[in-house]
Amino acid sequence: MTMEPILLRARGVKNSRTLGSYLKRGGYKALAKAIAMDPEEVIDEVKASGVRGRGGAGFPAGVKWSFVPKDLAKPTYMICNADESEPGTFKDRELILVDPHMVLEGIAIASYAIDAHTAYIYIRGEFVRETEILVKAISEARRKRYLGSDILGSGYELEIHIHRGAGAYICGEETALIESIEGKRGLPRLKPPFPAVVGVFGCPTVVNNVETLACVPHIIERGGAWFAAIGTERSTGTKLFCVSGHVERPGVYEAPMGTTFREIIEEFCGGVRGGRELKAFIPGGSSAPILPADRIDTPADFESVAEAGSMLGSGGVIVMDDTVDMVWALENLLTFYAHESCGQCTPCREGSDWALDVVRRIRRGQGRTKDIETLQRIARFASQGMTICPLGDAFCLPITSFLEHFGGEFEEAIAGAEQSVSTHLPVLPVRSDQALFEAEEVGR
Amino acid sequence: MTEAGTLPLTVATVEVVEEPTFDDFMESEIKRILKRYPDHGAALLPVLWLCQERWGWISAGIMRAVGQRLDLSPAFVEGVASFYTMYLLRPPGKYLLQVCTTLSCQLCGTSGIVDHLKEKLGIDFGETTKDGRFTLVDVQCLGACGEAPVVQINNDYYTNLTEKCLDEILDGLGE
Repeated sequence: MTMEPILLRARGVKNSRTLGSYLKRGGYKALAKAIAMDPEEVIDEVKASGVRGRGGAGFPAGVKWSFVPKDLAKPTYMICNADESEPGTFKDRELILVDPHMVLEGIAIASYAIDAHTAYIYIRGEFVRETEILVKAISEARRKRYLGSDILGSGYELEIHIHRGAGAYICGEETALIESIEGKRGLPRLKPPFPAVVGVFGCPTVVNNVETLACVPHIIERGGAWFAAIGTERSTGTKLFCVSGHVERPGVYEAPMGTTFREIIEEFCGGVRGGRELKAFIPGGSSAPILPADRIDTPADFESVAEAGSMLGSGGVIVMDDTVDMVWALENLLTFYAHESCGQCTPCREGSDWALDVVRRIRRGQGRTKDIETLQRIARFASQGMTICPLGDAFCLPITSFLEHFGGEFEEAIAGAEQSVSTHLPVLPVRSDQALFEAEEVGR
Repeated sequence: MTEAGTLPLTVATVEVVEEPTFDDFMESEIKRILKRYPDHGAALLPVLWLCQERWGWISAGIMRAVGQRLDLSPAFVEGVASFYTMYLLRPPGKYLLQVCTTLSCQLCGTSGIVDHLKEKLGIDFGETTKDGRFTLVDVQCLGACGEAPVVQINNDYYTNLTEKCLDEILDGLGE
């Protein structure tokens, strides 16, 4: 499906990052329009657009904004989540590199809607150049009164500050991000209370992803109904798909929600690299369950991907060809989660390391028949509400989906190990399965 | 300086200081940082960044000084500094090579890059060359998966790497 890009319309435009270039394509008109509206009307327009959170959870943005209590004596805060750390995801970086003012305008409109006068952009620490671009854009916008005190002569005041992260995947989770802004370790908070009621500095706070906020100026300018007409009924608008791995042309592609993964992989990306066979793909960032090649005709929208047994998540599509050893791939993913677990909840902290130990053992030819059962038990023990934040699920979903679709490879690796009885290899530490069983009983 | 008030993002030279003190520039930066938040504790991450820009790493002495300046205990500061992987609690080499080893990069050949770097530099992950020029570390996803394999050298991303172009990049870095 071809259509005019919306979020990536400035790609290829010379000096697209400058304020002058942004104004030429109608930039900051939506902000002027929004400020002339009642904040309630802005929220209603965004609700009507049906735009859902692009960071992974898919919660309707307008509804999130409407949760902020009115008439509190406390200030409210807007936070733009630019932590972008889900493996396979690199769309927010692209938006900042191509069109930083569009992101700022989205933040400004959202801030106006929830009556915030301070907004923070939480950007991952590695994005040094992207930080510089945002700093420059904020400074340009302030000089021309698109930000700062008395925006566009309306009396509305907003300061946007940048808060750099420092290398922690977990800080992409909104309550961990809030803790991190407060100067603490990024440990997620129990919800409720939700950030809309008690967020940063104990005040009502809305946290939105960069891409979600980038949709907002377009929604205000062209109307919620216009946006809602793109995509599918419940997954509206366009989505940025970040395709990586074994494709001819990896990169960020914009397409309406509901575009099939076949179109994304074969048409946009030129198919699997070197003409090889597709083996599997992860549709929504590394935490989303892996899907085998035969699900390639799944439309990429929240409902269809869920129906196919995975999640649209952040739209990070990781493509694997027929050369990929699935035991190796799962070991790689578990290495990530074991490293990034914040350590707050036992099932996640211990479970991610434990699962990694087991998969590593299988891959080194020391697997045992009971290992698959052990992995499944760990996945049950650390997911579905057993942890404060979804990182528990994030490492369990790869385990269960890899076993579901490619369990044969794990069984083969284990069978090979038992035949060879490899005594010359050092035996990796193995924890007692009995202890896991007992822990599981206590946990339930 | 910029109005938005982030830091001048430059490559720091690594210094080992026993009793770090904040000079006028740093003091004015800290005051600007504090203005961005209603609570002084929130300044901790940006102030640690400021110190790392100035001294190249975060020593125990720096943590004490930061704690004193922001009215936080040294233990609290250390707890935060050690949580985030980008705060360097040991002095790095002049060039910090951070190799992304997460899935998308691995699918596109990072292991070859890793082997090549280890052999060329004669060091393993977490080590610094004897001349103090290079520190090699493996990092988790850098968020540039479409241009894999990716290595971050100090503040810059180097993408779509091959062993050959990596050699050219390393040779092109100053002494």
